[in-house]
Amino acid sequence: MTEGPLTLAEKIWSAHRVMTLESGAEVIAIDRLLLHERTGGVALKSLEEAGRTVMHPSRVFATMDHIVDTFPGRTDKTLMPTGTAFIVSTRESAKRHGITLFDIDDPRQGIVHVVSPEQGIILPGAILVCPDSHTCTQGAFGGLAWGIGSSEAEHVLATMTLRMNRPPDMRVTIDGVLGEGVTAKDLALHLIAALGSNGAKGHIIEFAGSAVRALDMEARMTLCNMATEMACAGAVIAPDDKTFDWLEGRPYAPKGEVREQAIAAWRALYSDDGAVFATEHRFDAAEVRPMVTWGNSPQHAAPLGAPVPADALSKADQQRAVEYMAVTPGEPVEGLPIDAAFIGSCTNSRISDLRRAAAILKGRKVAEGVKAICVPGSTQVKAAAEAEGLHEVFLDAGFEWREAGCSMCFFAGGESFAPEARVISSTNRNFESRQGPNTRTHLASPETVAASAIAGRIALVSEIAA
Amino acid sequence: MTPLVTLESRAVPLLRDNIDTDAIIPSREMRSVSKDGLADGLFAGWRYTAIGGREIDPAFVLNQPESKGAQILLGGSNFGCGSSREHAVWALAEYGFRVVIAPSFSPIFQGNCIRNGIAPIVLPREAVEAIAAGFADGTPVTIDMPSCEVRMGLAVFPFSMEDEARTMLIEGADAIELTLRHRAEIEGFFARDAAVRPWIYLAD
Repeated sequence: MTEGPLTLAEKIWSAHRVMTLESGAEVIAIDRLLLHERTGGVALKSLEEAGRTVMHPSRVFATMDHIVDTFPGRTDKTLMPTGTAFIVSTRESAKRHGITLFDIDDPRQGIVHVVSPEQGIILPGAILVCPDSHTCTQGAFGGLAWGIGSSEAEHVLATMTLRMNRPPDMRVTIDGVLGEGVTAKDLALHLIAALGSNGAKGHIIEFAGSAVRALDMEARMTLCNMATEMACAGAVIAPDDKTFDWLEGRPYAPKGEVREQAIAAWRALYSDDGAVFATEHRFDAAEVRPMVTWGNSPQHAAPLGAPVPADALSKADQQRAVEYMAVTPGEPVEGLPIDAAFIGSCTNSRISDLRRAAAILKGRKVAEGVKAICVPGSTQVKAAAEAEGLHEVFLDAGFEWREAGCSMCFFAGGESFAPEARVISSTNRNFESRQGPNTRTHLASPETVAASAIAGRIALVSEIAA
Repeated sequence: MTPLVTLESRAVPLLRDNIDTDAIIPSREMRSVSKDGLADGLFAGWRYTAIGGREIDPAFVLNQPESKGAQILLGGSNFGCGSSREHAVWALAEYGFRVVIAPSFSPIFQGNCIRNGIAPIVLPREAVEAIAAGFADGTPVTIDMPSCEVRMGLAVFPFSMEDEARTMLIEGADAIELTLRHRAEIEGFFARDAAVRPWIYLAD
C-alpha cells in the first residue's frame, strides 16, 4: 500500500492494481461490468467475432433499458423498426456466455443504474464500469464507477481489467443545509452551473461535506449521476451506515458473517485527513435554490425566476442555445408555456422521486394540452409505487404511467416528443434534438416537473400550491 | 487497428464548445448492432437540412468542397461530451477522420478514440483557432505522433499525450491481446483478492 494520507478514490484504486505497465498505465481489476442492449450487445458481438470468451461471466450483468419500449404490454418490437435487433442480439449473446440478464419480462428489469443498486451489484469499495456515461451514479455507494465505451467493455469482458492511468482527484465539499423543497437535482445543477460542463476535467470527484452526508441514498445517486455532465472520470461518496443499511438483504450484496466482514472493511473507505486532492471546491448548500436549465448544456442552468444571462447573445455557445431554445436573454424561463412534462431517467425515477412528485400531483390535473409521462426507473420501482397507489395519483392527474426503461430521456427506441416541443424534464441532458426533433428540453427536479405540468408553464411548486 | 504515425491533411474547423455525441451520431442513426454503416449519420442533425432527411445542407462545414477527404477535425472544448456511445467515434472513423484536435475532450470519448485509432489531441484554444484559420486557403496540417507535434507551415504546436495512449495509436495495437499476455498475473490477483474481499467473487 502507498504511504501517507490517501484519498478515498486512491484507496480503492490501489486495492485493484494488478500491475503497472511499462507505459506507466496500470492494469486495474474490474469487479463488476454492466451491459445494456444499445452499447453492450455490440461489445459482446465484437468479442465473439474476435473468437474470445468472457473471462468471469458471474460478474457481468445485462439489462434492457435503452431501446426497449415503455408502453404497457410491450414486446421485443420497438417503435424504431431496427430496435428489435439490439434486444435480440443482447439476449442471445448473454445466454451464450452465461451472463445474468434482466430481460424485458424479468421483475428485476429496469434502467441499469437503478437496478444495479437494487440488486446489490454495486458495493462499497468495488470498481464497476458500464458502457454508459451515467455509470458515475453508482459512486453514491462508495465504489468507483464510471462510463466506458463498447471497446473497453469488450476489454473487460475478455480480461476483467482495464488499462488506465489513475485519474486525478477532485473534492467538492458542500456544507450547510439544503432549503425546504431544494433537492439533490437542484444541487447538481447548481454545481454544474458554477463549475461548467468541463469543470471536472477528467477528475474523479469525491462529494463530501455535511450536506452530502445528510442526503439519503437515492438523493446521493441523483447527485453522482449528474457529475458526468461536468466531464468527470467518476464520482464517489464515502459510504456510511445509510449505505450499509440500504444494501442489506439485496440479492447480490453480502449476507451474514461475510456482510459483517465487508462492513468492517468498508468503514475504512474515506479520505484520510491531510489527503491531497488535485483540485478542491467548496459550496454552501443554503445558497442552492430550485434550478431549471434554459439552454442546450446542463451548465446553462439558473434558479427558477432568475433570468437567462442578459449577455447570452455575445457568447457563441449561449447565442446558439438562446436561438435553439427560443428563450429571451434577460428574462426568466419560468412562466414559459410547456408542451410536455417527463418524469423518469437514471437521474430521477426512483421511488422517492415518484413519491415527491405524486405529493404535488395529488388532487390536481395536468394542464390542458400538456403531454405528461411518468416512467419508473425499474420494474421494482413500478411495483413499489403501485403498492402505495402512486400510479393512481399519476393517472388521475393525467400522466401516462409506463413500464420501466430509459424512454423519452432520449430518442433511442424511436418514440419522441413533437417537433420543437418545449419539455420540462427530470432527466440529465438538454442537448439539441435529444428528446425528439428540435425539442426544447428544460431540466429540473421531479417536483418542478410536476408543478409545471399542473401549471402548463415552467413553475415553482409554491406557485401551484397557492 | 491501422497505426497512426504521421499524417498530412486539411483540418476541418467545427469550433463549437460541448459538441455532444448525440450531435455526432444521433440515436435515430444507430440502426444495427454493428460498428459499421454509421458514416452516413455523422453529424446528421447539422449535415442535412431536415431531421431524418438526407438533403445536404451546403452551409455546414463538412459539406464544403474544402472538407473533402480531410482526416483532421478541429473542435471546441469538452468535445464528445454526453452519451458514452462509441458509435460517435466509429462514425468519425468510417467517415475518414484519424485525428480530432480540441482544447479538451470528454474522458469517455477520449478513451473511445484511442481504441479506434483516432488521435484525440489537446491543444490550447488559440492554437486550434490558428490551425482553423488555415482551412480556407487549404494549408495542410501535419500530425507527428512520435514527436508529439502538430505543424502547419512554419508553426509548430507541441502536444502531450499519455504514453500508453500514444503507443497504442502508433502501433495500432490490440489492447485485449496485450493485456491477455498478463493473464497469469490477472488470475493471480483475483485468487489473492478473493481471500480479502470474498463478497466480490460470485460463482461463475
